[in-house]
Amino acid sequence: MLSRESSATLMSAITAFLYREARLQDEHRYEAWEKLWTDDGVYWVPANGADIDPERQMSIIYDNRSRIALRVRQLMTGKHFTQTPQSNLRRLISNIELMDQQPEDGDIAVASNSLIFESSLRDDTLWAARNEYRLRHVDGELRMAAKKVILVNNDKAIYTLSFLV
Amino acid sequence: MNMMTGVSPWERLIRPDRVHGSLYTDPEIFEAELKSIWYRTWVYVGHESEVPNANDYVVKSIGPQSVIMTRDERGKVNLLLNRCSHRGNQVCSFERGNARSFTCPFHSWTFANDGRLVGYAFPDGYEGQDKSQLALGRVTRVESYRGFVFGSFATDGPTLKEHLGGAAETIDRLVRTSPEGEVEITAGFLKHRVKANWKFILENECDGYHPAFVHTSIFGVADSMIGKLYGGASTALTRDYGNGHTEIDLRPEFRKRDAPMSWFGTSEERLPDYTARMKAAYGDNAAREIMIDGTPHVMIFPNLFIAEIQMFVIQPLGVDDSVQHVTALQFKGAPDLNRRLRQQTMGSVGPAGFLLADDSEMYERCHRGVLARNPEWIFLGRGEKRQRQDEHGFTVGHVTDEVPSRGIWTHYRKLMEPA
Ligand code: FES
Ligand SMILES: [Fe+2]
Repeated sequence: MLSRESSATLMSAITAFLYREARLQDEHRYEAWEKLWTDDGVYWVPANGADIDPERQMSIIYDNRSRIALRVRQLMTGKHFTQTPQSNLRRLISNIELMDQQPEDGDIAVASNSLIFESSLRDDTLWAARNEYRLRHVDGELRMAAKKVILVNNDKAIYTLSFLV
Repeated sequence: MNMMTGVSPWERLIRPDRVHGSLYTDPEIFEAELKSIWYRTWVYVGHESEVPNANDYVVKSIGPQSVIMTRDERGKVNLLLNRCSHRGNQVCSFERGNARSFTCPFHSWTFANDGRLVGYAFPDGYEGQDKSQLALGRVTRVESYRGFVFGSFATDGPTLKEHLGGAAETIDRLVRTSPEGEVEITAGFLKHRVKANWKFILENECDGYHPAFVHTSIFGVADSMIGKLYGGASTALTRDYGNGHTEIDLRPEFRKRDAPMSWFGTSEERLPDYTARMKAAYGDNAAREIMIDGTPHVMIFPNLFIAEIQMFVIQPLGVDDSVQHVTALQFKGAPDLNRRLRQQTMGSVGPAGFLLADDSEMYERCHRGVLARNPEWIFLGRGEKRQRQDEHGFTVGHVTDEVPSRGIWTHYRKLMEPA
């Protein structure tokens, strides 16, 4: 059990981390965002529910660390037309909670909600999601070892999602 | 038919080397397409492997209509319309499951999974009523080809085999990739919505002109061999099979490489289990040929696209509203190959895919573009002078030529023009 002070300190560090991630994503700062990942990071956006098996079923995104890098490299070319011009984005992160079930390996389980407003050539789109993270201290800084984005409407037909969600 | 000129409206909108932009944007034309194409010809609905057991069902669609594909107790596959015969409520509200019957939530009428009405609540009041007249609606004709289930609302017309014509061979070629000769659709679908007319998607599937440009961002950063297949120096072909079916035939390029599994960017060494099973099933020589040639890249009119490693099903919802349902192809008896197929498919298609996000962006921009009034026409003449007939009499052209689009529009006009 963490003391009340240390848990408050941890919570404010986590909150600052999630807000910073949100800002980097909104501002298309792809390289800075990529640096938030651990070397074994997994970026997962399931389809058709929250609890599918990504090793058997199709997910919207199921990136290991090298595919995260590829995703970022594609965005950086400036020729990924669905992000050329880039979407204008702003997202709200809220309901940040330390989850009771802490992973055994010392990672920190965190969940939040997010609401993203995207303005693109197509139209203005509102996206809502439940985000589940595993955060880890690496060299004194927090990093993402896993991020799962459960879109509220992931069982329906959705428009192109080419920004960092 | 215009009595004054003797020219049908379709003849005025569809010319050999160009089509009128309103074909993609006019809501009345969309309504006419529902009647003359989607509710008349053979449309792909689902795959038998999606309902493997008795009483399994999965909800599919034909255009905007919801269709329940069921396997009844006797093992027969039915295509039922998701509309209660009482007052029209949708009888099935889950995407898949196992059920002997469907009970309508409104007044509790119950239908067997072959469509029969088996009971209504408070049966007094229905004295003398013939239940058999109140079954669920069904897709009039249902036929399947190597597990792919198609439906047609027309009572008569060509058989599925006649409709598929020369394109049936591409499905034969596909299933050979499995050591057991069967495709399975078991990985679940991504549903990608686009604000664009469905025909932009249909034509794009075998448009070999765009990849070098639209997909440059991913070709540039991933060491993919795909880019070269679509270059000016490529020996790959476009083919028009008639009946609106089109293909990009990449075999000439893969045969030049002469390396098994190169079509999938891998090698026999990395798939030892699969390679052994293929050789056991087909013999060394035939297995080698199959593994060099790879799977087809074929668009079965109007909605089934097989793209080497994945399957797309195009669904029109409105004149400017379409869904691409996409999934990884899975080959029976090939677990090590299937795993890679899923991984690659997840990377390339769906709303966040490296490839399809950019294709979809193009459909949407095309759709907004053709709303401009001028120039009125879309030009499809690329390669018209250099196309030729192959040994089976199908029209072929260079991989970057617009042979497929011209084939699609020729067939489209035939369907839309009343005989
Ligand atoms: S609408 Fe289905 S029972 Fe009345
Ligand atoms: Fe493409």
